[in-house]
Amino acid sequence: MRNFKINSDYKAVVIGGSAGSFQGITKILSQIPEDFPLPIIMCLHRLKHVRNGFVEALKLKSTKDIVEPVDKESIRRGQVYLAPANYHLSIELGNYFSLSTEEMFNNSRPAIDITLGTAAYAYRHRLVGILLSGANRDGGIGMARIQQKGGLTIVQDREECMISTMPQAALDLAPMDYELKLNEIIDFLNQLHKKLNS
Amino acid sequence: MILDIEISDLRKLTEYIKTKGNYDFTNYAMSSFKRRILRILELYRLPSVDALIEKIESEPTFLEVFICEITVNVTEMFRDPSFWRQLRDEVLPNLLLNHKSINIWHAGCSSGEEVFSMAILLKEANLLDRVRIFATDLDKEIIQKAKKGKYTLKNMELNQKNYIRFQGKFELSKYFKEEDGFAVMDPSLVENVTFRVHDLVQGPVFNKFDLALCRNVMIYFNQSLQNSVLNKLHESLFNYGYLCVGSKESLIWCDSANKFIVVNNEEKIYKKIKE
Repeated sequence: MRNFKINSDYKAVVIGGSAGSFQGITKILSQIPEDFPLPIIMCLHRLKHVRNGFVEALKLKSTKDIVEPVDKESIRRGQVYLAPANYHLSIELGNYFSLSTEEMFNNSRPAIDITLGTAAYAYRHRLVGILLSGANRDGGIGMARIQQKGGLTIVQDREECMISTMPQAALDLAPMDYELKLNEIIDFLNQLHKKLNS
Repeated sequence: MILDIEISDLRKLTEYIKTKGNYDFTNYAMSSFKRRILRILELYRLPSVDALIEKIESEPTFLEVFICEITVNVTEMFRDPSFWRQLRDEVLPNLLLNHKSINIWHAGCSSGEEVFSMAILLKEANLLDRVRIFATDLDKEIIQKAKKGKYTLKNMELNQKNYIRFQGKFELSKYFKEEDGFAVMDPSLVENVTFRVHDLVQGPVFNKFDLALCRNVMIYFNQSLQNSVLNKLHESLFNYGYLCVGSKESLIWCDSANKFIVVNNEEKIYKKIKE
C-alpha cells in the first residue's frame, strides 16, 4: 500500500464527478470509515429534472448518511452532502452552504467548478479536492483554484477513468498533487482518517 | 490565472451602489453575488471593481444595466412540476372554497415564466377570472420582459417538458405562437396581471395576499436578510394564506417561522397561522 504524506489540518473533502463516476463514488462511499470526521461534499452531474432517487441510490452501499443540503444549511463534521438537482451548490465563509439557480456553467447545474471553487475560497489550504471520471471539462477550474489556494488535489487515474476529459482538464490548468486509481484514493482517505483520529 | 475579487472590494461596491442608486446588496449571499460581479467584469471587459465603479459613475444609464446583470434571471415554466400539481390539486381548491376571489403575489417574478405557469394553471381550472395576480421584481427591464411574455424556443422545449410532467390539460403550444424564432405567449393570459417594480429588500408591504410565491429568490440573500424578507412576506399574507418557496429553501431559522405551519414539506408550501 502506498503511504501518503498527510497533514492533519484538513477541514473538508470535496468530490466532483460526471459520466463514469457513479461506480467510483459508490465504491468510495462503501469503503470510507463510518466515523470519517470531515464533511464530504459531492458535486456530481445529474439529471436536472429528477429531484429524487439519486441520494437513495448512493446511500444503498454507503457507510455514511448522505443528504442534499438546503440553502444556508450549516456544514457538519462527518456528514456527506450531495449537490441537489438543478441548483448550484456553493460553500460560504462561515461554514454553511448556499444554493443558486444561476445560468448553467459548463452546461451543468450543479456545476463542479462552482462547488470546488467556492470550497477552495472558504477552506483554502485545508481542503482536499478529488476529481473523478467525466466527459466534459467541468471541475478543471475548480481543481486549479484548490491548487492555487494550497489545498490537496487528487484526480482519478486517467487510464482507469471511463472518460478522462475531466481529470485531463484539471491537469491542463494546474499541476495536481496526485493522479490515483480508485483503490489508492480509498487508501488515501483511510490514512487521512487515521491521521485525523490520532 | 483566474480573476478573483476580494471581499473588501465587494463591500466597497455595495456601499457605493447603496449611496448612488438606493439599492442595497449588502446582505446578498456572498458567493453568488461575487460570481455576478465577476460576470459583469468579464462581459464589459472591466479589469477591476474600481473600474466598474468608475463606469457607473461616468455613465448614468449603466446603473440600470448593472441591476439587470446582478439579478439572477434564470427561471422555467412549471419548474418542479410536482409543486404545480400540488398548487392545482390542493392549495387553490382549498383557498377558493372559502373565497370568491383571491390575490396572488409573485415576489421576484423575473422574466415571468412562473406568472404564465400560474395563469395557464388557473385557466385550465376555469379560475382565471377569480384571481388577481401581482407580479413584482426589483429589475425594471425584466418586468418589461415578463409583460411581453416572449421566450426563446430553446427555453420553450424545457417549458414544454415541464408542462407535460405537470400533466396540463392540453399542449403548451396552445398558449403561444411562434414569431421570428421566439415563442410569444397569449397576452390574454396576463391581461389581469399587474406587473410592477418592487424591491423586496427595501420596498414597503403594498397589499394583502392569499397566496405568495417567492421561489428561489431568498437563496440570494444571507440569513439576516432572509429573516427580514420573511417578516415582510408574513405581513403581506392574510391569515391562513399560503407561502411557497423553492424546493431547497428552508424557513426554520427565521423569526417568523413559528407563525407558519408546513403544508407540504417536499414542495415547501407553508400556511400562515398567526399574525
